[in-house]
Amino acid sequence: MNSILSRHAECIFWLARQVERSNSTARILDINETFSRNARGEHDWESVLRLYGDEKIFRDTGRRPTADAVIHFYILDDKNPNSVLSSIGMARENARALRPLISTEMWVQLNSFHNHLRGLRKADLRIENLNRLCSYIKESCQTHSGITAETLYRDESWYFHQIGRAIERADQTTRLVDVKYQVLLPQPSDVGSPIDEAQWNTLLRSAAGFHAFRRNYPQTMSPSTVVGFLVLDRRFPRSVAASVLVANEHLHELRLKYGHTARRSTSNLLRRLAATLAEEAADDLIARGLHDALDGIQVELGAVTDALGREFFLLSETDDAPQPESSDGQRSPAG
Amino acid sequence: MTSWKPTGLLEDYEPGGFYCELFGAAKMPAPHTRTVRERIDGLSLAELRRRAQAAEHELFNLGVTFTVYTDREQIDRILPFDVIPRVLAAAEWETIERGVVQRVTALNRFIEDIYHEQRILRDGIVPADLVLGNANFRPQMTGLKVPFGNYVNICGVDIVRGGDGRFYVLEDNARTPSGVSYVVENRHLTQRAFPDLMRNIGVRSVSNYGQRLVGQLTELAAGIGNGPSVVLLSPGVYNSAYFEHVFLAREMGVPLVEGRDLVVRDDRVFMKTTGGLARVDVIYRRIDDDFLDPEAFNPASMLGVRGLMRAYRAGNVVLANAVGTGISDDKAVYAYVPRIIRYYLDEEAILPNVETHICREREGLEYTLQHLEELVVKPVGESGGYGILIGPHAGRNALAEFRRRLRATPANYISQPVVQLSVCPTVTRSGIEPRHVDLRPFAVTGRSTWVLPGGLTRVALRKGSLVVNSSQGGGSKDTWVLE
Repeated sequence: MNSILSRHAECIFWLARQVERSNSTARILDINETFSRNARGEHDWESVLRLYGDEKIFRDTGRRPTADAVIHFYILDDKNPNSVLSSIGMARENARALRPLISTEMWVQLNSFHNHLRGLRKADLRIENLNRLCSYIKESCQTHSGITAETLYRDESWYFHQIGRAIERADQTTRLVDVKYQVLLPQPSDVGSPIDEAQWNTLLRSAAGFHAFRRNYPQTMSPSTVVGFLVLDRRFPRSVAASVLVANEHLHELRLKYGHTARRSTSNLLRRLAATLAEEAADDLIARGLHDALDGIQVELGAVTDALGREFFLLSETDDAPQPESSDGQRSPAG
Repeated sequence: MTSWKPTGLLEDYEPGGFYCELFGAAKMPAPHTRTVRERIDGLSLAELRRRAQAAEHELFNLGVTFTVYTDREQIDRILPFDVIPRVLAAAEWETIERGVVQRVTALNRFIEDIYHEQRILRDGIVPADLVLGNANFRPQMTGLKVPFGNYVNICGVDIVRGGDGRFYVLEDNARTPSGVSYVVENRHLTQRAFPDLMRNIGVRSVSNYGQRLVGQLTELAAGIGNGPSVVLLSPGVYNSAYFEHVFLAREMGVPLVEGRDLVVRDDRVFMKTTGGLARVDVIYRRIDDDFLDPEAFNPASMLGVRGLMRAYRAGNVVLANAVGTGISDDKAVYAYVPRIIRYYLDEEAILPNVETHICREREGLEYTLQHLEELVVKPVGESGGYGILIGPHAGRNALAEFRRRLRATPANYISQPVVQLSVCPTVTRSGIEPRHVDLRPFAVTGRSTWVLPGGLTRVALRKGSLVVNSSQGGGSKDTWVLE
């Protein structure tokens, strides 16, 4: 069985992440719009900047964190590397590098998606159009996943795509939950108030998990049940735990099928994270400080990405092949 | 043949005295295009435009584009596609095919001779300084054997049709000719947008190009082990022909690699994969000689692979095209190709050159000086910098200046009459009008030479223009070779 180029493995890993990131950005902007509208008149768009750690680069734009400015910053600002336009632009560039591997349909969809984003006007970003725009972005990202599932040849590129998407989704879900905590619980007294419940409700809907949650918890809607659901429930496909498991399973299968047995550090990290999440209880997470706990997961996911890069992307080192020079090869146009 | 007169879309079409690819000329009708003519004539302009627009939109979404980079952003442009096809009769194609095979064969014999015995130079057929002093002459190739002695494995020959209805070679492209992806994509587009136009006509297929190409390239590595590994080496996504590299890699089913994906160990070439280093046997390279290996050529090249020439010289990897083929497609050498064909093959050129006067030869110089107002004067080799003189458009001072230069350094120039390129009906803002076209067939050579039936028809979209280059307002057409 032929292996794929290391560069291509890295490109498709990042391609999947960039699309998933845009999917999540659209979800976060969408719920934040809902929250800021409901939260007693205060339109707190800075919370989105905080949750991505973008306060400083936003300040450098010289704009005040109004709804318009923040929405523009996260959707159309080509100087913000995490804006949807930038992410999909990079995904498209990666797709261009991957054209020999991916299906034409995958390429055409990303290319059209990117062309559409480039054609957006200011009016399309106005708050009254935001929900529609976020839906468009979300659906386009899901279309990418669907076309990929239906058309991508199941060689190594499929596994790297799935691993990338799962890691990004795990990371993004931690941020989605975090936004709730930063925005919704300014004071402990807000807990349990009617407005609070409506907002937890919105959070679950934005992750497309409301009905599944209700089926599991018909009676209650507490921070602990919602956090438990979004972070720890292995049956909810957007949860952190489920995503970590998906990444782990695909990595495992990749090793089995393609004989990547020499180094296992990535698998060790992923298995450890999966085990921690399996043993964790939502109440303990909250008691220890949810924000820090979520931060910790993000750091772990970063370590997984680094290990993956060392193992598969930077150089191809195996015992039975000559060692390549350590000095050649620029990095790919990836992350 | 009963004479047929258009009564619809083509009623007012007037080729303006040029040979027309669809209507022929007064004394040379083109009976083979009758069905196509009738069908186009039956369409409305609005319908044609609607389908053309849909086709261009599809090209854009498919990313069949070349990329122009500016400081601020990248702009993807499609090569404008004109929906009215250019149609070649079976007999016409047969001549072109034989002519291209003959030409490629002779060029390969020439290159082999130059890097070995240099008989043709000693026999005084081609001036030695023209070849050995050429910037594209690669001394590194001296004495190196290449598979079947075939250096030019992929060749594009630029052909024009004159007012007499005959085909002439304008230029050879023996280094890294591009454009074949458009040949195939244009066909796919026509099949989707104009199934009614093509029905039951019997157009020869172009869709197996990738398969033929990889077959021929594999043949080149016959000695290197079993199931040779072929790759396509591209400068990367920033190259304007990147789409074509992707297209070809996909059609061939081989990895598309960049220089940074390859590494040379013990004079062997490997690519870096997730599973370790994997051996590479044949490289279809779309990078110029200069950038191929910083160790052997331009030391500043970031695109190439250090040590590649060592591996090549050791016989551990095949490069297609071989290094050093640029000596055969130079403007100065072009003038000698009919003699090169005679020298090696003892045949007359099936496809003549455009009449060319070699100014380093006394007769050529005298003729050029006497007819300067009617001729195009071109600098040869790397001696350029003075540009081209187009006699009919030049002022008195420019003509005088060129006379002086021609007398001072005649060896730097060749001259040709202005070729009246044939025209083809083309969709324009003001309806269907004649526009000038050329033709670039593609020949693939492993053990033997195969020519893709058709080729790239480039069309000068500006009224009256003879310049078909995509950088200067050129577009392309689907090219039909009839069965």
